[in-house]
Amino acid sequence: MTQTASSPPSTPIIQLDSVRKTFILPDGGRFDAVQPISLEIARGDVFGLVGKSGAGKSTLLRLINLLERPDAGRVTVAGRELTVLGRRALREARQNIGMIFQQFNLLQNATVYENVAFPLRIHGRHSRAEIDARVRECLELVGLSDKLQSYPARLSGGQKQRVAIARALAPHPEVLLCDEPTSALDSETTRSLLQTLRDINEKLGVTIVIVTHELPVVDQLCDHAAVLEQGRFIEQFAIEDISAERTSVLGRELADLVRERRRRAELAAGSESSSVISFPKASNA
Amino acid sequence: MHDSLIELLPELWVAIGQTFLMLGIGLSAAVILGGPLGVLLFMLSPGQSLANRPAYLVLSWVVNTVRSFPFIILMVALVPFTRIVAGTSIGPLAAAVPLSVAAIPYFARLVEQTIREVPRGVIEAAHAMGASELQIVWRVLVREARSGLVLALTVLAVSFLSYSAIAGVVGGGGIGDLAIRYGYYRFQTDVMLLTVALLIVIVQIIQFGGNAIAHRLDKR
Ligand SMILES: Nc1ncnc2c1ncn2[C@@H]1O[C@H](COP(=O)(O)OP(=O)(O)O)[C@@H](O)[C@H]1O
Ligand SMILES: [Mg+2]
Repeated sequence: MTQTASSPPSTPIIQLDSVRKTFILPDGGRFDAVQPISLEIARGDVFGLVGKSGAGKSTLLRLINLLERPDAGRVTVAGRELTVLGRRALREARQNIGMIFQQFNLLQNATVYENVAFPLRIHGRHSRAEIDARVRECLELVGLSDKLQSYPARLSGGQKQRVAIARALAPHPEVLLCDEPTSALDSETTRSLLQTLRDINEKLGVTIVIVTHELPVVDQLCDHAAVLEQGRFIEQFAIEDISAERTSVLGRELADLVRERRRRAELAAGSESSSVISFPKASNA
Repeated sequence: MHDSLIELLPELWVAIGQTFLMLGIGLSAAVILGGPLGVLLFMLSPGQSLANRPAYLVLSWVVNTVRSFPFIILMVALVPFTRIVAGTSIGPLAAAVPLSVAAIPYFARLVEQTIREVPRGVIEAAHAMGASELQIVWRVLVREARSGLVLALTVLAVSFLSYSAIAGVVGGGGIGDLAIRYGYYRFQTDVMLLTVALLIVIVQIIQFGGNAIAHRLDKR
């Protein structure tokens, strides 16, 4: 498979152009979940969306694959403007955008194998042998080759999320959207799952956009982050760039985490720390 | 007394055959027409992918209206329609017409309720992977709700076993008809008891079978 890690970083892989989303509430009221927002995410980036509960993070993420249709604005992913596509073309385009969720959202009455095969089977261009090879490849990637015939109910939370990742990766997407992927998991499981996501980004060149309210996750995984508040960006920064003054509380807390991580790395250079989620951040070259 | 039962045996077999014919046609119509109708109701309901309030309300109203007819009234009201479809208004084939008309909206509602249990997120994940509406119906909704759907069909079969007995009264034939003709009009209590016992056994078998299949299909 040819991935896109080597392609020029000049054009952003995700472009949101003044997207806006208003929900009509059951009582007839209106709620502006996402105010006009523009955002560009570079190819190969790991981009975090942080903010308090209800800030509009999930809505913004879901605008990227058009699970929510923006009321205004344009969404472009990998050079295709999704907002002008018809139903059929959009379904095709969505193969390029994997997504994982807090609640995993696996088919309960399908085996691990069938779950991972799902996105390949619905786009009927693949032979049985191709699907079989790809399913095994993806499950290998997430370390679940021994669970092919298990049903999700028999798996732990971390294993379920790995199946979901394998399923999302099966159609060779260039983008992976993650909505609170570790929020239902314990810290140990979170740590190894983040390692898997990092591998996917580095080895396969998949661009990752992750929504989370867990700042350590952003610190350990992301290259860039944006802070959302009431449907607006209040700041955007590179995680490692802590020289500039941060304006948001979350931004400052993230900067503190980065400082803490660097301090610890200096102190215990090379040795394993016993703390829950503190391991050296991988470099994103 | 024993002799009368043995004499009745050939007729009993015919009656059992007629009951299963009525039930078979009614349930088939329910699955083939009521099933898709139930899925459509679900997809048109608020918050779902084909959400359309006017269409949902109209369809829902039709379903409720047909369901609100007492079965015996529905049967009488449908006589002209039955004559057109079955060519006659008596016999098990004719009785299968109002049975089907009653079973379709009944099952549609059961299907709608059952697939409402499928978690929203699972449907959403399928959309995110680029599944079409039809693929979502077959590969997500039916698959995830399958054990509930089997139980819904079981409920339907049990209800319609007793409806088919009512249909017997107006010339539908079947086990219920036998009970009325011999047990009720001719005061043959043993025939009455036999037919009731038979119905009890059939209901138990349907329910047991339905439960077993549903359990086997459920991997959650
Ligand atoms: N389908 C919807 N209908 C009405 N309101 C919604 C809907 N989806 C989200 N909202 C509202 O929009 C706001 C932002 O939601 P969300 O994007 O899920 O926030 P976050 O992920 O940051 O917690 C919340 O107040 C939520 O109640
Ligand atoms: Mg959210």
